[in-house]
Amino acid sequence: MKGELIVAAIILVFVAQFLYISSSTDAEFGGADGQAEGVIEELTGGTFEPIADPIWEPPSGEIESLLFSLQAAIGALIIGYFFGYYRGKNQST
Amino acid sequence: MHIMEGFLPSPWWQFWFAVSIPVILYGIYKLNKLITEKREILPLLAVAGAYIFVLSSLKLPSVTGSCSHPTGIGMAAILFGPAISAVLGVIVLIYQALFLAHGGFTTLGANVFSMGIAGPVVAYIIFKLGMRLNLNFYVTVFLATALADWATYVITSLELALAFPAQTGGILVSFKAFAAIFALTQIPLAIMEGAITALIFKYVIQVKSDVLVKLEVINEKTIHKIKELWV
Repeated sequence: MKGELIVAAIILVFVAQFLYISSSTDAEFGGADGQAEGVIEELTGGTFEPIADPIWEPPSGEIESLLFSLQAAIGALIIGYFFGYYRGKNQST
Repeated sequence: MHIMEGFLPSPWWQFWFAVSIPVILYGIYKLNKLITEKREILPLLAVAGAYIFVLSSLKLPSVTGSCSHPTGIGMAAILFGPAISAVLGVIVLIYQALFLAHGGFTTLGANVFSMGIAGPVVAYIIFKLGMRLNLNFYVTVFLATALADWATYVITSLELALAFPAQTGGILVSFKAFAAIFALTQIPLAIMEGAITALIFKYVIQVKSDVLVKLEVINEKTIHKIKELWV
């Protein structure tokens, strides 16, 4: 249990950090990559044009979150399957 | 957060491809060898790949008021070494570039280098060092994976700084500007990733410690010591 408790404590601190920042500042919580775009604009004086565009972009925020969730779900499914498989196998022997 | 599509001008995107491709090819060779010689590691390989899928899909808020995501690749690096991790990283990066417009194909070389090569090398070295110094196993996993996560974004900042040196002050000034975004945002996320990965390793040891021995991640003696202390 010790390991779980330590991790739970770290997650709690993380959540508290988020609650504090989001209530005490008007931070937008945009992506760090978008902010980097701003820095590139500053450094080049706005002259830089991206050399390529994404082949396909999710048409809306909803579709994007769908595909991100799908990514997490596929991963979680595989992890859960094999841990369950091993645990069951250990118990039956 | 990976470097966005089109945001590395020539010759930098070609340069990072040139650096990454040999490592990926070596990784594919090592991967083939590993799965023909030790088929029983396949499930663990799938878990390590899936772990990268899950963690790199979670965009988390940070103290800087912006979001980034962990990489999850430190686990694969500890289990299978940096070259195989690079191959797993490529799969995730292609998924995100293709379906999510996150990262990109021109920047794939640079993103593979930071997430799939530099991060795993850091994880691998710290893990081996910690084991040699007889540090606590879970503390070592925490340090290795947290610092690998963080190193990924320090390298991302460096890649951008090299491509966009400031007119006054050059690379160092722009590195500071990019690091202020990527590396700073990443600190809390790296700590989370390290802690959660250490916990996952606890479960791997509980259910399948013999595979870890086979992969020469840890030896029997360490496993006995860990089990006595933690069960």
